[in-house]
Amino acid sequence: MRRILKYVMFDILRNRFVIGYCLFIMLITFGLLSLEEGSSKSTLSLLNIVLLVVPLISIVFATIHFYNSYEFMELLLSQPVRRSTILYSEYFGVSCSLSVAFAIGMGVPLIFLNQGLVSIYLLLSGIVLTFVFVSIALLGAVNSKDKARGIGTSLLLWFFFTAIYDGLVLLILFSFSDYPIEKYLLAFISLNPIDLARVAILLQMDTAVLMGYTGAVFSEFFNSWEGLLFSSGLLLLWAILPMLLTVRIFKRKDL
Amino acid sequence: MISVHNLHKSFGKLKVLDNVSINLEPGNVVALIGPNGSGKTTFIRSILGMVKPEQGSILYDGEEILNAWKYRKNIGYMPQLAKFPERIQIKELLDMMKDIRNNNNTDHIDEELIELFDLKKIYHKRTGTLSGGTKQKVSAALTFLFNPKVLILDEPTTGLDPVSAEILKNKITKEQAKGKLVLITSHILSDIEEVASHVMYLHEGKLEFVKSIEQLKMETKEISLNKAIVKIMQQKNK
Repeated sequence: MRRILKYVMFDILRNRFVIGYCLFIMLITFGLLSLEEGSSKSTLSLLNIVLLVVPLISIVFATIHFYNSYEFMELLLSQPVRRSTILYSEYFGVSCSLSVAFAIGMGVPLIFLNQGLVSIYLLLSGIVLTFVFVSIALLGAVNSKDKARGIGTSLLLWFFFTAIYDGLVLLILFSFSDYPIEKYLLAFISLNPIDLARVAILLQMDTAVLMGYTGAVFSEFFNSWEGLLFSSGLLLLWAILPMLLTVRIFKRKDL
Repeated sequence: MISVHNLHKSFGKLKVLDNVSINLEPGNVVALIGPNGSGKTTFIRSILGMVKPEQGSILYDGEEILNAWKYRKNIGYMPQLAKFPERIQIKELLDMMKDIRNNNNTDHIDEELIELFDLKKIYHKRTGTLSGGTKQKVSAALTFLFNPKVLILDEPTTGLDPVSAEILKNKITKEQAKGKLVLITSHILSDIEEVASHVMYLHEGKLEFVKSIEQLKMETKEISLNKAIVKIMQQKNK
Protein backbone atom coordinates (compact mmCIF):
# COMPACT_ATOMS: atom_id res chain seq x y z
CA MET A 1 0.00 0.00 0.00
CA ARG A 2 2.72 2.49 0.98
CA ARG A 3 4.63 1.92 -2.23
CA ILE A 4 1.67 2.50 -4.50
CA LEU A 5 0.56 5.49 -2.45
CA LYS A 6 4.00 6.94 -3.01
CA TYR A 7 3.62 6.73 -6.79
CA VAL A 8 0.13 8.23 -6.72
CA MET A 9 1.38 11.20 -4.69
CA PHE A 10 4.42 11.51 -6.93
CA ASP A 11 2.16 11.66 -9.97
CA ILE A 12 -0.08 14.32 -8.40
CA LEU A 13 2.81 16.53 -7.37
CA ARG A 14 4.23 16.26 -10.84
CA ASN A 15 1.26 17.83 -12.57
CA ARG A 16 1.45 20.96 -10.41
CA PHE A 17 -2.29 21.44 -10.14
CA VAL A 18 -2.19 20.92 -6.40
CA ILE A 19 0.46 23.59 -5.95
CA GLY A 20 -1.65 26.02 -7.96
CA TYR A 21 -4.67 25.15 -5.81
CA CYS A 22 -2.68 25.86 -2.65
CA LEU A 23 -1.52 29.24 -3.94
CA PHE A 24 -5.03 30.11 -5.10
CA ILE A 25 -6.53 29.43 -1.67
CA MET A 26 -3.72 31.33 0.01
CA LEU A 27 -4.19 34.37 -2.21
CA ILE A 28 -7.94 34.48 -1.65
CA THR A 29 -7.61 33.99 2.10
CA PHE A 30 -5.00 36.73 2.42
CA GLY A 31 -7.11 39.00 0.25
CA LEU A 32 -10.32 38.45 2.19
CA LEU A 33 -8.68 38.77 5.57
CA SER A 34 -6.92 42.02 4.74
CA LEU A 35 -9.85 43.54 2.85
CA GLU A 36 -12.45 43.19 5.54
CA GLU A 37 -11.33 44.15 8.97
CA GLY A 38 -14.31 42.76 10.88
CA SER A 39 -13.37 39.18 11.53
CA SER A 40 -16.87 37.68 11.33
CA LYS A 41 -17.54 39.16 7.89
CA SER A 42 -14.34 37.77 6.43
CA THR A 43 -14.93 34.48 8.19
CA LEU A 44 -18.26 34.21 6.42
CA SER A 45 -16.53 34.68 3.07
CA LEU A 46 -13.94 32.09 4.00
CA LEU A 47 -16.74 29.78 5.03
CA ASN A 48 -18.17 30.02 1.54
CA ILE A 49 -14.83 29.02 0.07
CA VAL A 50 -14.65 26.03 2.35
CA LEU A 51 -18.21 25.00 1.55
CA LEU A 52 -18.23 25.65 -2.21
CA VAL A 53 -14.72 25.71 -3.66
CA VAL A 54 -13.18 22.89 -1.65
CA PRO A 55 -15.89 20.32 -2.49
CA LEU A 56 -15.91 21.37 -6.14
CA ILE A 57 -12.15 21.11 -6.60
CA SER A 58 -12.02 17.85 -4.64
CA ILE A 59 -14.77 16.10 -6.54
CA VAL A 60 -13.65 17.22 -10.01
CA PHE A 61 -9.95 16.67 -9.46
CA ALA A 62 -10.48 13.22 -7.93
CA THR A 63 -12.73 12.16 -10.81
CA ILE A 64 -10.33 13.34 -13.50
CA HIS A 65 -7.37 11.85 -11.72
CA PHE A 66 -9.13 8.50 -11.45
CA TYR A 67 -9.74 8.35 -15.19
CA ASN A 68 -6.24 9.54 -15.98
CA SER A 69 -4.72 6.82 -13.80
CA TYR A 70 -6.66 4.10 -15.52
CA GLU A 71 -3.57 2.95 -17.41
CA PHE A 72 -1.58 2.82 -14.21
CA MET A 73 -4.32 0.80 -12.53
CA GLU A 74 -4.51 -1.63 -15.43
CA LEU A 75 -0.77 -2.12 -15.24
CA LEU A 76 -1.02 -2.80 -11.51
CA LEU A 77 -3.90 -5.23 -11.87
CA SER A 78 -1.69 -7.80 -13.58
CA GLN A 79 0.83 -7.48 -10.75
CA PRO A 80 0.67 -9.16 -7.34
CA VAL A 81 -1.31 -6.32 -5.81
CA ARG A 82 -4.77 -6.35 -4.19
CA ARG A 83 -7.47 -4.46 -6.01
CA SER A 84 -8.46 -2.72 -2.79
CA THR A 85 -4.86 -1.56 -2.29
CA ILE A 86 -4.94 0.12 -5.66
CA LEU A 87 -8.14 1.97 -4.86
CA TYR A 88 -7.21 2.96 -1.31
CA SER A 89 -3.90 4.32 -2.58
CA GLU A 90 -5.78 6.41 -5.08
CA TYR A 91 -8.15 7.66 -2.36
CA PHE A 92 -5.52 8.57 0.20
CA GLY A 93 -3.12 9.88 -2.43
CA VAL A 94 -5.63 12.34 -3.84
CA SER A 95 -7.33 13.39 -0.62
CA CYS A 96 -4.14 13.76 1.39
CA SER A 97 -2.43 15.91 -1.22
CA LEU A 98 -5.53 18.07 -1.71
CA SER A 99 -6.10 18.56 2.00
CA VAL A 100 -2.45 19.37 2.67
CA ALA A 101 -2.62 21.95 -0.11
CA PHE A 102 -5.79 23.39 1.41
CA ALA A 103 -4.44 23.36 4.98
CA ILE A 104 -1.31 25.24 3.95
CA GLY A 105 -3.20 27.60 1.65
CA MET A 106 -5.77 28.64 4.22
CA GLY A 107 -3.83 27.87 7.40
CA VAL A 108 -0.86 30.15 6.86
CA PRO A 109 -2.89 33.36 6.39
CA LEU A 110 -5.18 32.40 9.28
CA ILE A 111 -2.25 31.97 11.65
CA PHE A 112 -1.03 35.45 10.81
CA LEU A 113 -4.30 37.35 10.57
CA ASN A 114 -7.09 35.54 12.35
CA GLN A 115 -6.23 33.22 15.18
CA GLY A 116 -9.08 31.63 17.06
CA LEU A 117 -11.38 28.69 17.49
CA VAL A 118 -13.42 29.52 14.39
CA SER A 119 -10.28 29.34 12.23
CA ILE A 120 -9.54 25.87 13.52
CA TYR A 121 -13.11 24.82 12.72
CA LEU A 122 -12.75 26.23 9.22
CA LEU A 123 -9.54 24.30 8.59
CA LEU A 124 -10.86 21.04 10.00
CA SER A 125 -14.10 21.25 8.01
CA GLY A 126 -12.16 21.95 4.83
CA ILE A 127 -9.97 18.92 5.37
CA VAL A 128 -12.87 16.61 6.20
CA LEU A 129 -14.91 17.91 3.25
CA THR A 130 -11.96 17.14 0.96
CA PHE A 131 -11.98 13.51 2.11
CA VAL A 132 -15.78 13.34 1.82
CA PHE A 133 -15.88 14.61 -1.72
CA VAL A 134 -12.94 12.55 -2.96
CA SER A 135 -14.76 9.54 -1.59
CA ILE A 136 -17.99 10.53 -3.37
CA ALA A 137 -16.05 11.23 -6.57
CA LEU A 138 -14.52 7.75 -6.61
CA LEU A 139 -17.92 6.17 -6.11
CA GLY A 140 -19.19 8.04 -9.17
CA ALA A 141 -16.10 7.29 -11.25
CA VAL A 142 -15.98 3.57 -10.56
CA ASN A 143 -19.55 3.27 -11.79
CA SER A 144 -19.05 4.70 -15.24
CA LYS A 145 -16.43 3.82 -17.79
CA ASP A 146 -16.98 6.96 -19.81
CA LYS A 147 -14.92 9.92 -18.68
CA ALA A 148 -17.33 12.63 -19.80
CA ARG A 149 -20.23 10.94 -18.04
CA GLY A 150 -18.14 10.48 -14.92
CA ILE A 151 -17.19 14.14 -14.73
CA GLY A 152 -20.78 15.13 -15.45
CA THR A 153 -21.99 12.95 -12.60
CA SER A 154 -19.48 14.46 -10.20
CA LEU A 155 -20.50 18.02 -11.12
CA LEU A 156 -24.12 17.11 -10.68
CA LEU A 157 -23.42 15.59 -7.26
CA TRP A 158 -21.59 18.75 -6.22
CA PHE A 159 -24.50 20.87 -7.39
CA PHE A 160 -26.92 18.61 -5.57
CA PHE A 161 -25.14 18.94 -2.24
CA THR A 162 -24.49 22.68 -2.50
CA ALA A 163 -27.76 23.93 -3.99
CA ILE A 164 -30.50 21.45 -4.80
CA TYR A 165 -30.51 19.83 -1.38
CA ASP A 166 -30.91 23.16 0.40
CA GLY A 167 -33.72 24.06 -1.96
CA LEU A 168 -35.54 20.88 -1.02
CA VAL A 169 -35.02 21.52 2.66
CA LEU A 170 -36.36 25.07 2.28
CA LEU A 171 -39.37 23.77 0.42
CA ILE A 172 -40.16 21.36 3.24
CA LEU A 173 -39.59 24.13 5.74
CA PHE A 174 -42.12 26.33 3.97
CA SER A 175 -44.74 23.66 3.53
CA PHE A 176 -44.62 22.62 7.16
CA SER A 177 -43.93 26.00 8.71
CA ASP A 178 -46.90 25.65 11.01
CA TYR A 179 -45.45 22.61 12.72
CA PRO A 180 -42.47 22.32 15.06
CA ILE A 181 -40.09 20.58 12.67
CA GLU A 182 -36.73 21.73 14.06
CA LYS A 183 -35.78 18.22 15.06
CA TYR A 184 -36.57 16.84 11.63
CA LEU A 185 -34.63 19.68 10.09
CA LEU A 186 -31.69 18.56 12.16
CA ALA A 187 -32.02 15.10 10.64
CA PHE A 188 -32.20 16.55 7.12
CA ILE A 189 -29.10 18.59 7.66
CA SER A 190 -27.24 15.56 8.95
CA LEU A 191 -27.70 13.89 5.59
CA ASN A 192 -25.74 16.57 3.76
CA PRO A 193 -22.03 16.90 4.57
CA ILE A 194 -21.90 20.52 3.42
CA ASP A 195 -24.82 21.53 5.64
CA LEU A 196 -23.28 19.74 8.57
CA ALA A 197 -20.05 21.68 8.17
CA ARG A 198 -21.92 24.94 7.63
CA VAL A 199 -24.08 24.68 10.73
CA ALA A 200 -21.16 23.54 12.88
CA ILE A 201 -19.13 26.60 11.89
CA LEU A 202 -21.95 29.15 11.91
CA LEU A 203 -22.80 28.25 15.46
CA GLN A 204 -19.28 29.10 16.53
CA MET A 205 -19.81 32.65 15.33
CA ASP A 206 -21.79 35.53 16.80
CA THR A 207 -24.16 35.43 13.85
CA ALA A 208 -25.82 32.31 15.27
CA VAL A 209 -28.06 34.67 17.24
CA LEU A 210 -29.66 35.76 14.00
CA MET A 211 -30.95 32.28 13.33
CA GLY A 212 -33.87 32.68 15.72
CA TYR A 213 -35.58 29.77 17.38
CA THR A 214 -34.10 27.22 14.98
CA GLY A 215 -30.70 28.64 15.73
CA ALA A 216 -31.33 28.19 19.41
CA VAL A 217 -32.30 24.54 18.92
CA PHE A 218 -29.20 23.91 16.82
CA SER A 219 -26.98 25.88 19.08
CA GLU A 220 -28.09 23.87 22.05
CA PHE A 221 -27.43 20.68 20.14
CA PHE A 222 -24.23 21.42 18.24
CA ASN A 223 -22.47 23.29 20.98
CA SER A 224 -22.75 20.41 23.38
CA TRP A 225 -20.14 17.68 23.38
CA GLU A 226 -22.62 15.15 22.07
CA GLY A 227 -23.55 17.46 19.23
CA LEU A 228 -19.95 17.99 18.24
CA LEU A 229 -19.25 14.29 18.42
CA PHE A 230 -22.40 13.56 16.44
CA SER A 231 -21.63 15.99 13.63
CA SER A 232 -17.98 15.03 13.27
CA GLY A 233 -18.93 11.36 13.44
CA LEU A 234 -21.43 11.84 10.62
CA LEU A 235 -18.89 13.72 8.53
CA LEU A 236 -16.41 10.88 9.01
CA LEU A 237 -19.09 8.42 7.94
CA TRP A 238 -19.52 10.48 4.80
CA ALA A 239 -15.82 10.09 4.12
CA ILE A 240 -15.75 6.36 4.83
CA LEU A 241 -19.01 4.84 3.58
CA PRO A 242 -18.89 5.87 -0.10
CA MET A 243 -15.29 4.65 -0.21
CA LEU A 244 -16.17 1.26 1.25
CA LEU A 245 -18.95 0.93 -1.27
CA THR A 246 -16.55 1.90 -4.06
CA VAL A 247 -14.07 -0.79 -3.04
CA ARG A 248 -16.85 -3.36 -2.94
CA ILE A 249 -17.94 -2.48 -6.48
CA PHE A 250 -14.38 -2.27 -7.78
CA LYS A 251 -13.52 -5.71 -6.41
CA ARG A 252 -16.33 -7.37 -8.35
CA LYS A 253 -15.91 -5.47 -11.56
CA ASP A 254 -14.56 -6.83 -14.83
CA LEU A 255 -11.66 -4.69 -15.89
CA MET B 1 0.09 -25.73 -13.11
CA ILE B 2 -2.98 -23.80 -14.17
CA SER B 3 -6.21 -25.72 -14.37
CA VAL B 4 -9.45 -24.28 -15.55
CA HIS B 5 -12.74 -26.02 -14.82
CA ASN B 6 -16.04 -25.32 -16.58
CA LEU B 7 -15.43 -21.63 -17.00
CA HIS B 8 -18.46 -19.54 -18.01
CA LYS B 9 -18.55 -15.85 -18.74
CA SER B 10 -20.97 -13.65 -20.58
CA PHE B 11 -21.14 -9.93 -21.19
CA GLY B 12 -24.83 -9.14 -21.24
CA LYS B 13 -26.48 -11.66 -23.54
CA LEU B 14 -23.27 -12.50 -25.34
CA LYS B 15 -21.68 -15.73 -24.17
CA VAL B 16 -17.95 -15.13 -24.32
CA LEU B 17 -16.72 -18.26 -22.58
CA ASP B 18 -18.87 -21.36 -22.59
CA ASN B 19 -17.79 -24.23 -20.38
CA VAL B 20 -14.05 -24.04 -20.97
CA SER B 21 -11.90 -26.62 -19.17
CA ILE B 22 -8.19 -27.14 -19.68
CA ASN B 23 -5.00 -28.08 -17.86
CA LEU B 24 -1.91 -26.08 -18.67
CA GLU B 25 1.38 -27.73 -17.73
CA PRO B 26 4.88 -26.24 -17.33
CA GLY B 27 7.34 -26.65 -20.20
CA ASN B 28 4.64 -26.12 -22.81
CA VAL B 29 4.04 -23.25 -25.14
CA VAL B 30 0.30 -23.25 -25.66
CA ALA B 31 -1.03 -21.20 -28.54
CA LEU B 32 -4.54 -19.92 -28.06
CA ILE B 33 -6.15 -19.40 -31.44
CA GLY B 34 -9.58 -18.68 -32.77
CA PRO B 35 -11.44 -16.08 -34.85
CA ASN B 36 -11.92 -12.51 -33.62
CA GLY B 37 -14.28 -12.33 -30.71
CA SER B 38 -13.94 -15.99 -29.82
CA GLY B 39 -13.04 -15.19 -26.21
CA LYS B 40 -9.24 -15.45 -26.27
CA THR B 41 -8.53 -12.23 -24.41
CA THR B 42 -11.38 -12.84 -21.95
CA PHE B 43 -9.91 -16.25 -21.20
CA ILE B 44 -6.51 -14.71 -20.53
CA ARG B 45 -7.90 -11.93 -18.41
CA SER B 46 -9.87 -14.45 -16.36
CA ILE B 47 -6.63 -16.21 -15.49
CA LEU B 48 -5.22 -12.87 -14.38
CA GLY B 49 -8.28 -12.16 -12.26
CA MET B 50 -9.23 -9.04 -14.23
CA VAL B 51 -12.43 -10.63 -15.48
CA LYS B 52 -14.56 -12.39 -12.90
CA PRO B 53 -16.12 -15.61 -14.21
CA GLU B 54 -19.77 -16.39 -13.51
CA GLN B 55 -19.25 -20.08 -13.05
CA GLY B 56 -16.35 -22.46 -12.85
CA SER B 57 -12.99 -22.16 -11.22
CA ILE B 58 -9.40 -21.47 -12.07
CA LEU B 59 -6.69 -23.05 -9.96
CA TYR B 60 -3.07 -22.03 -9.84
CA ASP B 61 -0.96 -24.82 -8.32
CA GLY B 62 -4.17 -26.21 -6.83
CA GLU B 63 -5.35 -22.95 -5.30
CA GLU B 64 -8.40 -21.01 -6.34
CA ILE B 65 -7.45 -17.64 -7.81
CA LEU B 66 -10.77 -15.83 -7.33
CA ASN B 67 -10.03 -12.86 -5.05
CA ALA B 68 -6.47 -14.10 -4.56
CA TRP B 69 -3.59 -11.91 -5.64
CA LYS B 70 -0.27 -13.39 -4.52
CA TYR B 71 -0.22 -15.94 -7.35
CA ARG B 72 0.24 -13.08 -9.80
CA LYS B 73 3.86 -12.75 -8.77
CA ASN B 74 4.43 -15.91 -10.82
CA ILE B 75 2.83 -14.46 -13.94
CA GLY B 76 4.19 -12.11 -16.54
CA TYR B 77 1.47 -10.58 -18.67
CA MET B 78 1.92 -8.77 -21.94
CA PRO B 79 -1.39 -7.18 -22.97
CA GLN B 80 -2.58 -6.73 -26.53
CA LEU B 81 -2.07 -2.98 -26.30
CA ALA B 82 0.57 -1.77 -23.90
CA LYS B 83 -0.70 1.00 -21.68
CA PHE B 84 1.57 2.88 -19.32
CA PRO B 85 1.23 6.03 -17.24
CA GLU B 86 2.13 8.69 -19.78
CA ARG B 87 4.24 11.17 -17.90
CA ILE B 88 6.84 8.71 -16.72
CA GLN B 89 10.17 7.70 -18.25
CA ILE B 90 10.96 4.14 -19.29
CA LYS B 91 13.58 3.80 -16.59
CA GLU B 92 11.22 5.15 -13.95
CA LEU B 93 8.56 2.71 -15.13
CA LEU B 94 10.89 -0.28 -14.80
CA ASP B 95 12.18 0.89 -11.41
CA MET B 96 8.63 1.47 -10.23
CA MET B 97 7.55 -2.03 -11.20
CA LYS B 98 10.59 -3.50 -9.44
CA ASP B 99 9.70 -1.48 -6.36
CA ILE B 100 6.04 -2.49 -6.43
CA ARG B 101 6.94 -6.13 -6.89
CA ASN B 102 9.34 -5.63 -3.99
CA ASN B 103 11.96 -7.29 -6.09
CA ASN B 104 15.28 -5.68 -5.49
CA ASN B 105 16.93 -9.05 -5.44
CA THR B 106 18.93 -8.78 -8.66
CA ASP B 107 19.33 -12.56 -9.17
CA HIS B 108 15.73 -12.88 -10.22
CA ILE B 109 15.76 -9.97 -12.60
CA ASP B 110 16.04 -10.87 -16.26
CA GLU B 111 17.15 -7.90 -18.30
CA GLU B 112 18.00 -9.82 -21.46
CA LEU B 113 15.22 -8.25 -23.52
CA ILE B 114 16.17 -4.76 -22.35
CA GLU B 115 19.65 -5.41 -23.75
CA LEU B 116 18.48 -7.05 -26.95
CA PHE B 117 15.90 -4.35 -27.72
CA ASP B 118 18.49 -1.70 -26.86
CA LEU B 119 16.07 0.03 -24.52
CA LYS B 120 18.80 1.59 -22.38
CA LYS B 121 19.43 4.06 -25.18
CA ILE B 122 15.93 5.49 -24.76
CA TYR B 123 15.67 5.04 -20.99
CA HIS B 124 14.87 8.70 -20.48
CA LYS B 125 12.11 8.99 -23.00
CA ARG B 126 8.63 9.40 -21.60
CA THR B 127 6.33 6.48 -22.32
CA GLY B 128 3.68 8.82 -23.74
CA THR B 129 6.00 9.79 -26.59
CA LEU B 130 6.84 6.25 -27.70
CA SER B 131 5.66 4.66 -30.93
CA GLY B 132 3.34 1.65 -30.79
CA GLY B 133 6.14 -0.80 -31.61
CA THR B 134 8.50 0.62 -29.00
CA LYS B 135 5.76 0.42 -26.41
CA GLN B 136 5.36 -3.25 -27.28
CA LYS B 137 9.09 -3.73 -26.75
CA VAL B 138 8.94 -2.07 -23.34
CA SER B 139 5.91 -4.16 -22.50
CA ALA B 140 7.70 -7.37 -23.53
CA ALA B 141 10.79 -6.42 -21.53
CA LEU B 142 8.60 -5.75 -18.50
CA THR B 143 6.83 -9.10 -18.91
CA PHE B 144 10.05 -11.10 -18.82
CA LEU B 145 11.77 -8.84 -16.27
CA PHE B 146 10.79 -10.74 -13.13
CA ASN B 147 11.56 -14.18 -14.48
CA PRO B 148 7.99 -15.42 -13.86
CA LYS B 149 7.03 -19.09 -14.07
CA VAL B 150 4.11 -18.37 -16.35
CA LEU B 151 4.19 -16.05 -19.35
CA ILE B 152 0.95 -14.84 -20.87
CA LEU B 153 1.40 -13.03 -24.15
CA ASP B 154 -1.57 -11.52 -25.95
CA GLU B 155 -0.63 -11.02 -29.60
CA PRO B 156 2.96 -10.16 -28.71
CA THR B 157 4.34 -9.78 -32.22
CA THR B 158 1.84 -7.29 -33.59
CA GLY B 159 3.50 -3.96 -34.15
CA LEU B 160 7.01 -5.35 -33.80
CA ASP B 161 9.46 -5.13 -36.68
CA PRO B 162 10.74 -8.50 -38.04
CA VAL B 163 14.04 -8.29 -36.15
CA SER B 164 12.36 -7.60 -32.82
CA ALA B 165 9.72 -10.24 -33.44
CA GLU B 166 12.52 -12.74 -34.03
CA ILE B 167 14.23 -11.71 -30.79
CA LEU B 168 10.99 -12.20 -28.90
CA LYS B 169 10.33 -15.61 -30.43
CA ASN B 170 13.84 -16.78 -29.55
CA LYS B 171 13.28 -15.58 -26.01
CA ILE B 172 10.04 -17.54 -25.77
CA THR B 173 11.74 -20.75 -26.90
CA LYS B 174 14.54 -20.14 -24.44
CA GLU B 175 12.13 -19.70 -21.55
CA GLN B 176 10.23 -22.82 -22.55
CA ALA B 177 13.46 -24.78 -22.29
CA LYS B 178 13.74 -23.59 -18.68
CA GLY B 179 10.45 -25.34 -17.97
CA LYS B 180 8.13 -22.36 -18.04
CA LEU B 181 4.56 -22.30 -19.17
CA VAL B 182 3.85 -19.90 -22.00
CA LEU B 183 0.34 -19.03 -23.12
CA ILE B 184 0.30 -17.07 -26.34
CA THR B 185 -2.38 -15.78 -28.68
CA SER B 186 -1.70 -14.72 -32.22
CA HIS B 187 -3.30 -14.61 -35.61
CA ILE B 188 0.04 -15.14 -37.30
CA LEU B 189 0.09 -18.90 -37.59
CA SER B 190 3.65 -19.05 -38.91
CA ASP B 191 4.81 -17.40 -35.67
CA ILE B 192 2.86 -19.95 -33.68
CA GLU B 193 4.29 -22.83 -35.65
CA GLU B 194 7.78 -21.64 -34.74
CA VAL B 195 7.28 -21.38 -31.00
CA ALA B 196 4.25 -23.38 -29.87
CA SER B 197 4.10 -26.97 -28.70
CA HIS B 198 0.31 -27.13 -28.37
CA VAL B 199 -2.67 -25.42 -29.91
CA MET B 200 -5.95 -24.72 -28.15
CA TYR B 201 -8.74 -23.63 -30.41
CA LEU B 202 -11.58 -21.44 -29.19
CA HIS B 203 -14.69 -20.90 -31.26
CA GLU B 204 -17.54 -18.71 -30.03
CA GLY B 205 -16.44 -19.25 -26.47
CA LYS B 206 -16.24 -23.03 -26.73
CA LEU B 207 -12.98 -24.88 -26.50
CA GLU B 208 -13.00 -27.02 -29.65
CA PHE B 209 -9.76 -28.95 -29.12
CA VAL B 210 -6.34 -28.96 -27.51
CA LYS B 211 -3.72 -30.82 -29.48
CA SER B 212 0.01 -30.86 -29.99
CA ILE B 213 1.18 -29.47 -33.28
CA GLU B 214 2.51 -32.80 -34.54
CA GLN B 215 -0.77 -34.48 -33.76
CA LEU B 216 -2.65 -31.78 -35.66
CA LYS B 217 -0.47 -32.12 -38.71
CA MET B 218 -0.77 -35.89 -38.66
CA GLU B 219 -4.52 -35.90 -38.34
CA THR B 220 -5.02 -33.46 -41.19
CA LYS B 221 -2.14 -34.87 -43.25
CA GLU B 222 -0.79 -31.38 -43.88
CA ILE B 223 2.80 -30.16 -43.61
CA SER B 224 2.15 -26.61 -42.43
CA LEU B 225 0.12 -25.55 -39.42
CA ASN B 226 -1.52 -22.90 -41.52
CA LYS B 227 -3.08 -25.42 -43.89
CA ALA B 228 -3.96 -27.79 -41.07
CA ILE B 229 -5.90 -25.09 -39.24
CA VAL B 230 -7.65 -23.88 -42.36
CA LYS B 231 -8.70 -27.45 -43.11
CA ILE B 232 -10.13 -27.87 -39.63
CA MET B 233 -11.98 -24.56 -39.80
CA GLN B 234 -13.53 -25.54 -43.14
CA GLN B 235 -14.61 -28.91 -41.78
CA LYS B 236 -16.25 -27.16 -38.86
CA ASN B 237 -18.21 -24.92 -41.19
CA LYS B 238 -19.65 -27.82 -43.20
